[in-house]
Amino acid sequence: MMLAESALTQFLGLYNYWVVIFLMMTGFYIVIASENLIKTVIGLNIFQTSVFLLYITMGKVTGGTAPILKSGDAHGHDDHGHDPHGNGPGPESGQDASHAVDEHAVNETVNSVVPVSFEEHLATGAEQQLYTNPLPSVLMLTAIVVGIATTALALALIVRIREEYGTIEEDEILELDRNS
Amino acid sequence: MIEQNLPILPIVLPLLSAPLFVLVGHRKLVYPLALIVAWSVFAVVVALTGQVIQSGPIQYEIGGWSSPYGIVYVVDYLSAFVMLFVSALGAIVLTYAPASIAQEIPYSKHYLFYASFLLCMTGLLGMCITGDLFNVFVFLEISSLASYALISLGKSRRAPLASLHYLILGTIGATFFLIGIGLLYQMTGTLNMADIASKVNTTDGPRTTLVAFAFMTVGLCIKMAVFPLHTWLPNAYTYAPSAVTSFIAATATKVSVYAFIRLVFGIFTPQFAFEQLPLDQALMIFALIGIFVASTAAIYQTNIKRLLAFSSVAQIGYMLLGISMNSMDGLSAGIVHMFNHAIIKGGLFMVVGCFALRIGSVYIDDLKGAGKTMPFTSFAWAVGGLGLIGVPVTAGFVSKWMLLTSALQNNWWPVAILMLLSSLLAVVYIWRVVEALYFSEPSERAARATEAPSSMLIPTYLVIFSTLVFGCWTDYSAGLARLAAQSLLGMTDMGGMP
Repeated sequence: MMLAESALTQFLGLYNYWVVIFLMMTGFYIVIASENLIKTVIGLNIFQTSVFLLYITMGKVTGGTAPILKSGDAHGHDDHGHDPHGNGPGPESGQDASHAVDEHAVNETVNSVVPVSFEEHLATGAEQQLYTNPLPSVLMLTAIVVGIATTALALALIVRIREEYGTIEEDEILELDRNS
Repeated sequence: MIEQNLPILPIVLPLLSAPLFVLVGHRKLVYPLALIVAWSVFAVVVALTGQVIQSGPIQYEIGGWSSPYGIVYVVDYLSAFVMLFVSALGAIVLTYAPASIAQEIPYSKHYLFYASFLLCMTGLLGMCITGDLFNVFVFLEISSLASYALISLGKSRRAPLASLHYLILGTIGATFFLIGIGLLYQMTGTLNMADIASKVNTTDGPRTTLVAFAFMTVGLCIKMAVFPLHTWLPNAYTYAPSAVTSFIAATATKVSVYAFIRLVFGIFTPQFAFEQLPLDQALMIFALIGIFVASTAAIYQTNIKRLLAFSSVAQIGYMLLGISMNSMDGLSAGIVHMFNHAIIKGGLFMVVGCFALRIGSVYIDDLKGAGKTMPFTSFAWAVGGLGLIGVPVTAGFVSKWMLLTSALQNNWWPVAILMLLSSLLAVVYIWRVVEALYFSEPSERAARATEAPSSMLIPTYLVIFSTLVFGCWTDYSAGLARLAAQSLLGMTDMGGMP
């Protein structure tokens, strides 16, 4: 009973990854099985999108917020020691980070890759802002651009194929080629 | 100032000039500009190689961000070696291109051809120079997208479909590579290759490492056109414009082989790939099957572009065979074969471009008797063909000899015998064309043909003769490849540059 329950929670806990795998296989299947060129390109898109989701999932830290340095933090650098509450806009402006902790936070933005380091943080008891790893999201911005370029190019090629052959069904095109 | 920023120039120069060409949009202006850019990139790479030979690997931190956080460019023996022939062939093919593309590409698209060509070069050079794994993916896609566009410029109506097939398979390959990068990043929290290599646990790590390696290997195998995954290649090479085929056939697959070597020897260790995993046997088997199947397929082709394309698939097999031997000699044989095959195949495709220009066809039947009307072009085919077979005094012999000796060192007798047999297949398909050129009644088209213009013959002969030069004088080909293999396998330099 306990075993089944933990297996279930593990299964549900990896929910995103199951979606990734499902999307990946769906897209891959469409690419392989479809004779229609447009559908193939759509399949390719789904396949690529699953990878975006994979990256974003791995960057997510439970309970983490967006990785934005609050202006309070930057303030602390400029004139630490006086009026820390000054320009804190967010609800967490009560963080009142001391200069030392601040610097740690700045280092963390560069270093915050392995979730373990966050746990260390929680252990020290410092009231730190927990944020999601921004790097995978940034990488995916690049990958999205690549995906758009690929799709645009593929569609342009399909337009030319349609002009030449009058069809976008691959078997019909091959048939036309064989007869010519 | 320039000397410090040398490593960034081979990327920035062509990358920035490509959009500039589109803005200028005038062929008379674009062509000289493209030539200047291509040759200056080659000059920069030569200077970089000189620096590497003199004072060891160069690290260049982009924007001054230090190594694991920022992106670094690394020039070591291997990357300098690969960049050297990529940029050289890029510059030579570009010099050769105008007469060829004037016939094969509509005039209004010439400036786009030059822009895409330089983008393709950027991507290939970038894949070699970067020390950041995600950057490899980005550059891989830059070069791939540019080459899809270039292939679709072909005159035949089948060109767009060939290009689309390449696009679909290429994108799947690149996405597999991206998945692998993601999993590695998940394991190590870094994208810098050297950093990953030091952090990844290849001995008893979780299975994620294995999955990442598998995804990246399969992804790169598609781009390398390893035997069962080569289906995109013959059509793409056949229907692309001749100048494009010369450049892509000479460089694109080799750069993917380079990325694969980096992956196996630079990031994961050969112990992981070859001892824990049976990748060496797998590679060897696929390489040998590929060599035989593709060479046999080449024999039955009537279109010499397609013939050479199948031969390219076979030659990739030789490179992988060298890598799979997991020894110093095998690896350096694989690396030097990348270079030798690049110049041989680049040269041969340039010869095909000359035939296509003057005879208007690349079918063997139409080439019959061209030996009389196009003596220089036909002779270039013969010399290049000897190189492809691996006759002594040609570059092809050097690498095949190195492969053979290292196969014997490993006591792989059957492999050595199979390699010799496969060279006989190459004799057959090269000879079929030579026979048609010299010993057949001239076809109608060949009888009317005239010798190719010197603007194409000179670059062609430059490449074809270099196969002879590098067949006799191997300091900078086999010598550099050996240094590269030594540094990859972590051995100390024995004597430095010969």
